[in-house]
Amino acid sequence: MAELLFWPALIAYGEAAVAYFGDARHPGQAGRLAIWGVRVGWLVQTALLAVQAARSDGFPWSTWATSLNLFVWLVVGAYLIWGCRPRYRLLGLAVLPLAVVLFALARVGGGTGAGSHSQYSNLFLVLHVGLVLAAFAGFTLAAALSALYLWQERRLKRHEASILRLRAPALARLDELTGRTIAVALPALTLGIAVGIARLRKDGGGFDALMAVTVLTWVVYGGYLAFRHLAGWRGRRAAYLVLAGFVLVVVARLALPVTHFAA
Amino acid sequence: MSVVLVGISHHQAPIELRERAALDLSRAAELAARLAGEQGEAVCLSTCNRTELYLADESGEQAEGRAEAALLALEEELGPALYRLRDEAVALHLFRVAAGLDSMVPGEGEILGQVRGAHDAGATGPILDRLFRQALHAGKKVRAQTAIGESPASVSSAAAALAEQVFGDLRGRSILVVGAGKVGQLAVRNLVSRGATIAFIANRRVDRAAEIARRFGGEAIPLERIDEELERADVVLSSTSASGWILTRAQVERALPARKGRSLFLIDLAVPRDLDPEIHGLDGCYLYDIDDLEAVVAETLAGRRKEADHAEAIVAAEADRFREWHASLDVVPAIASLRARAEEIRATELRRAKLTDSERRAAESVTAAVLNKLLHLPTIRMKEAAAAADGVLYADAVRHLFGLEEER
Repeated sequence: MAELLFWPALIAYGEAAVAYFGDARHPGQAGRLAIWGVRVGWLVQTALLAVQAARSDGFPWSTWATSLNLFVWLVVGAYLIWGCRPRYRLLGLAVLPLAVVLFALARVGGGTGAGSHSQYSNLFLVLHVGLVLAAFAGFTLAAALSALYLWQERRLKRHEASILRLRAPALARLDELTGRTIAVALPALTLGIAVGIARLRKDGGGFDALMAVTVLTWVVYGGYLAFRHLAGWRGRRAAYLVLAGFVLVVVARLALPVTHFAA
Repeated sequence: MSVVLVGISHHQAPIELRERAALDLSRAAELAARLAGEQGEAVCLSTCNRTELYLADESGEQAEGRAEAALLALEEELGPALYRLRDEAVALHLFRVAAGLDSMVPGEGEILGQVRGAHDAGATGPILDRLFRQALHAGKKVRAQTAIGESPASVSSAAAALAEQVFGDLRGRSILVVGAGKVGQLAVRNLVSRGATIAFIANRRVDRAAEIARRFGGEAIPLERIDEELERADVVLSSTSASGWILTRAQVERALPARKGRSLFLIDLAVPRDLDPEIHGLDGCYLYDIDDLEAVVAETLAGRRKEADHAEAIVAAEADRFREWHASLDVVPAIASLRARAEEIRATELRRAKLTDSERRAAESVTAAVLNKLLHLPTIRMKEAAAAADGVLYADAVRHLFGLEEER
């Protein structure tokens, strides 16, 4: 059943990704199709996750691939909060292709089938994996907002004559939303890391590369918020810092996780 | 019943002629009432780009003559600039006008209100009422289904739209106005209409700045104080006639630390320019001069023209609908006569028949159903024929075949 739900969700996300490109060229009908693609895809993926949860006798997203599946769902869900507004549809150009690739990767890794079972307690996994993944989803969205900020800023700096034909959200709004998203995601990451450290102290275990990168990610985004509130960091520099932090999120999500999940 | 249009517009009549034929709403209403007379219909649409008279009358020639005479009475020299349209062409023209497709700036929105005003002030009957209602519908539909009216069409509105691209909502954003020229005032008006507030007006002559401050608000300051106020402004709008830079990169750079990362949008409407172009290279500073703004306007106008193709298709479909409705008016009397005759025969025959009450009720129901079914297809076919311009022939044939001549 879970396997059957994967394909409609992937097709809907794929349709949305293609429609967003169409919307960027000719705003209008394609944008509406894209939004419906995202909504349908997200609902089908929700059903997929529900089936995984029903079939599992514990926390079903404890492996690298299953957690990637959950991560995609969180990213798209967070995107849906703003993505339905016409000006934020451009954000879909960054979010949906990423969602399609990660979702397909989750499938290749076996993360869209029946839920897995871990040796760890459900409460620990819900808190640790759930919070860290939610934080990473927030950082992904913040990175997409920052990318949109840099693109829009470059258009203003280049005096692009077409700037009013394909309208993006205002720079100030993008900057503010990025700050708010990180302000929500960082406490989630902090709590997720704290739960992980507490388990390490209780049950023992080594400090692996994924933990190091996750802590580094925390430092970068913590630094972002500190610079923002104390030194008034705004604009281009702040956007680059958010993207730098996102590189660490990508490394944490895709490059390093296998050893950590195997632990 | 013919529909006639006689008018002048910006296409052929220069402003000197148009202004002599321009009518305010009350004079337009008077003229429409006079032209409509006892049984006709008339609407006068007068804007800065056009004065047009729309008439519906039994005789198209006579209506055209009356409209032409009325316009020539306003200004004798209008003659060569007058255009005349009839029936279907009138509908297409008015729908294009209402959609902003016939305006100097394609898609301008003001015209829709002017068409509505003309309709309200006109002496309308069933034909012009339908024509103007459908024109308003076409105008709204074009604006809803295309992006023809979305982009700014002037330098001052482009400047305000760009400021919104930086700050979003302009409410609470403060403007530092440098210079007291008329060009700058237009841009100021646009920014203020979107919620921005004028904080300072700097000018060499402070008394002149004070005069503008009285009109728009803000504090009048001498040019020397610009450096101090740069820290607080979100938008700088400059339009002086000075020959050198009013604001240099170094001046803005000094103000940046105190701004704590807040963006600064600078609009330079002066020629020669007031603001050092190097300012644009500073982080968080966006400087647009008159050429940059004109390029944005040209691009948005090109976008409007592109949207115009889509809008033309919408307008043409609406004009077709009106043509079909108008043509169907030719066969409506024949259809009405045919149905009346059939109903009369049915009623007469039912009266003659000796039936009980229940039998009469059943017979009335059955005969009414037969009649409706029998006349349904001829009615549809006649309306279709009317839409294809054969309506009058079919109507005559029906009158002849069913002996309806005497009811014409």
